[in-house]
Amino acid sequence: MIKDYFDHWLDGECDPTRDIYEIARVPDASRSELKDMARKSREEIASRDTTRSAISAQKKGFYAIYTIVAIVSCIALIGVLLYSVSLLPQYGRVNPRAAAVVERYIEDGVAETGAINIVSGIILDYRAFDTLGESHVLFTALLCVMVLLRMDSKNMRNKKEDYALMMHENFFDLSHDGIIRTVAKVLLPSLLVFGAYVLLNGQNSPGGGFSGGSILGATLIIAASSFGLSRIGNVFTRRASECATFISLSFYSFAKGYVFFTGANGLENHIPKGTPGAILSGGLILPLDIAVGIVVTCTMFGFYSLFRKGMIGNDN
Amino acid sequence: MDFIRNFPLFMIILSLFSGALCFMLPRKASFVYTVCFECLLTAMAAALLVFTSQTGSSFTYTMGEFPAPWGNEIRAGITESVFALGFVFILLCSVTGGYRYLNGDTDPTKVNLFFALVNLLTAALLSLVFTNDIFTGYVFLEILTLASCGTVVVREIGKTTLAAIRYMILNLLGSGLFLLGVVLLYDITGNLLMEPMHGVITEIVSESGVIPSLSIAVAILTIGLSIKSGLFPFHYWMPDTYGFSTPSAAAILSSLTSKGYIFLLIKIYCRVIGLDTLRQMPVCDVLLSLGLLGIAVGSVQAMHTNNINTMIAFSSAAQIGYIFAGIGLCTEDGMIAALFHILAHAMTKSMLFITVPRLSEAAGGAKVFRDLQGSGIRDKDAGVAFAIGAFSMIGIPIFAGFASKLLFGIAAIDSGSNFKLTMIMLALAVSSMLNAIYFIRTLIRIFTPAGDTGLMEHPRHHAGFLIPVALLTAVNLFLGLFSGVVTELITRGLAMFP
Repeated sequence: MIKDYFDHWLDGECDPTRDIYEIARVPDASRSELKDMARKSREEIASRDTTRSAISAQKKGFYAIYTIVAIVSCIALIGVLLYSVSLLPQYGRVNPRAAAVVERYIEDGVAETGAINIVSGIILDYRAFDTLGESHVLFTALLCVMVLLRMDSKNMRNKKEDYALMMHENFFDLSHDGIIRTVAKVLLPSLLVFGAYVLLNGQNSPGGGFSGGSILGATLIIAASSFGLSRIGNVFTRRASECATFISLSFYSFAKGYVFFTGANGLENHIPKGTPGAILSGGLILPLDIAVGIVVTCTMFGFYSLFRKGMIGNDN
Repeated sequence: MDFIRNFPLFMIILSLFSGALCFMLPRKASFVYTVCFECLLTAMAAALLVFTSQTGSSFTYTMGEFPAPWGNEIRAGITESVFALGFVFILLCSVTGGYRYLNGDTDPTKVNLFFALVNLLTAALLSLVFTNDIFTGYVFLEILTLASCGTVVVREIGKTTLAAIRYMILNLLGSGLFLLGVVLLYDITGNLLMEPMHGVITEIVSESGVIPSLSIAVAILTIGLSIKSGLFPFHYWMPDTYGFSTPSAAAILSSLTSKGYIFLLIKIYCRVIGLDTLRQMPVCDVLLSLGLLGIAVGSVQAMHTNNINTMIAFSSAAQIGYIFAGIGLCTEDGMIAALFHILAHAMTKSMLFITVPRLSEAAGGAKVFRDLQGSGIRDKDAGVAFAIGAFSMIGIPIFAGFASKLLFGIAAIDSGSNFKLTMIMLALAVSSMLNAIYFIRTLIRIFTPAGDTGLMEHPRHHAGFLIPVALLTAVNLFLGLFSGVVTELITRGLAMFP
């Protein structure tokens, strides 16, 4: 008896605090026999009305408590957060303690960064390290989606699913629709120009890498859905998008690493600031905007392509 | 300026670049590159530790031409160097030790993506360790969350997807709360840099006491980070996430990701809020009681399971409870004990997580105790490694776990409250006993001969397993035998914190 008890304890099937035995597995039993045994024991348990009602009552009780606790804690959190909102300063009033930081950004920002758009100056020059991290957040997200969705030997579709997907593709393929193709032909050039403008003029007007890149990415998505994903895939291949992402990110890391290094060591960094307002101004802001723009474009189109057919480009 | 002061910057920038590079490299090359790179990082961190402990002072490093508070800034002192070294070293060991399983767990075309994620995770951890700016902390916390989630789904089975979704939802909730806390703190102090924030908070507290918005900010921030690191009652994502992901990922997640968040929390407590202010808030007592409850619940749940991976995951929950109990004491000693336990637990847990798959491999892929019988005899390397890890977790002298329990005891005695002392001592005693019960049960099981099972004895020693395990054991013994050296370093580092 004690020996049995000890063995069960070793197996993790019972312990002094709970004293529960599970049905021991018979080593020679086949799969169907095991299933049979499991079914029998379930039936046996189910036949005992008392057990059943006790379990369901327990379950019901748990869910009732769970719901109540969830609602109460949500209401408490909402209350605390609303209260803390009432403690925030009023709109348009500057916290006097933050004044020194804000003043320098507004008064000297243009002269120090060479960018008329102060926001670009702040995110790509004053606080460039945060933005370096932020663009790698996008890259990390792209990697996660690739790990999940890119087709490979482990998550390859079978033939039936393939057929279903083909039918689905045909149904949603808009490249035979004359109206959509014509509208897309009219829209695409202006969208491309608009995206490029927002991207390249980030130092002078609202815009920059993140917004310009998302316009360009959306343009690619419109092109892919109106002319067929595989036609865009011929141009925007997997290798091309990988290379573009890699080159942009490593350029970003090393350019900023150079500026951090020279800045911290008190060296001259030899990057001209340019005349504020000109297209070539703002020192590194323009090249960095382009790099961020490329990463954002590749990420957006990559998401679309991976979600739609599990690969970027046509080759896998 | 000494050249070595540039090392934190180099470490972070090179890790980010390595992330992008591994994205391009083929499968094998990305592994070799990552291992070499982690070796380089370990050497750099060691050099930095030698440098900071010789100069005996910390230094700040301006990221760019604009000084803080206008620009970004990182900071390196002794504590930061110790943790950078520890984290990078564990990364190296976990990546090497689990590589053999990665090929089976994922498709060959995705192995390089795993290493890209690992490199980004390294960059994020290093930035969290070195940051002197609370918002930079938030940005890299996001990278850490996303990259960890990616390493979970690298193993392509349905269960990891489910576990990753749960992990993601809870972690995003944590990130959101942390961000709200940062916003509220920025509103109160008008700064994002740690020293000025501390100055303003001390000023406010001395003028008008602890104001409500400060308490709310600290509370939200603490809840956010404790959800992310898996403090009781937020630890239910642990068993699935750790149990089903590939061994390297499980080792990294349990020993580094959650510890990175805790290190950030300790940094914010010591450098932004200040321990004196913190003691006036209820948050300490809440953390202490949740930590103690976590120790109890985690240990009991680890006892109840019959799956070896789940058992180790729940024991992680208990160990996170220890760390938070140390933080909840809100004393210098408590912080030292918590920081030491972060290192001790990380060394031990990563070793256990790379050992368990070997044991279950020797038992024909089983994870349930019954089927593991004799696996420690068939695969003696893994059996010995598991025994060492188990002894350290239980807290047997000469291993790291003993030293950290001793430190917790000392911190509790110095806390000045008899009630806290009693509760902590009770928790230490009970949980050590429970630890012993469930780890010794496993040891008995794996070292009991199974008779004729038809399973082969493990034929040869794998260098890829033996080297990391030997290194981790050596460091574990070092932490256990010479804990004084490490505690002294941490104490000196903490003294530079404010």
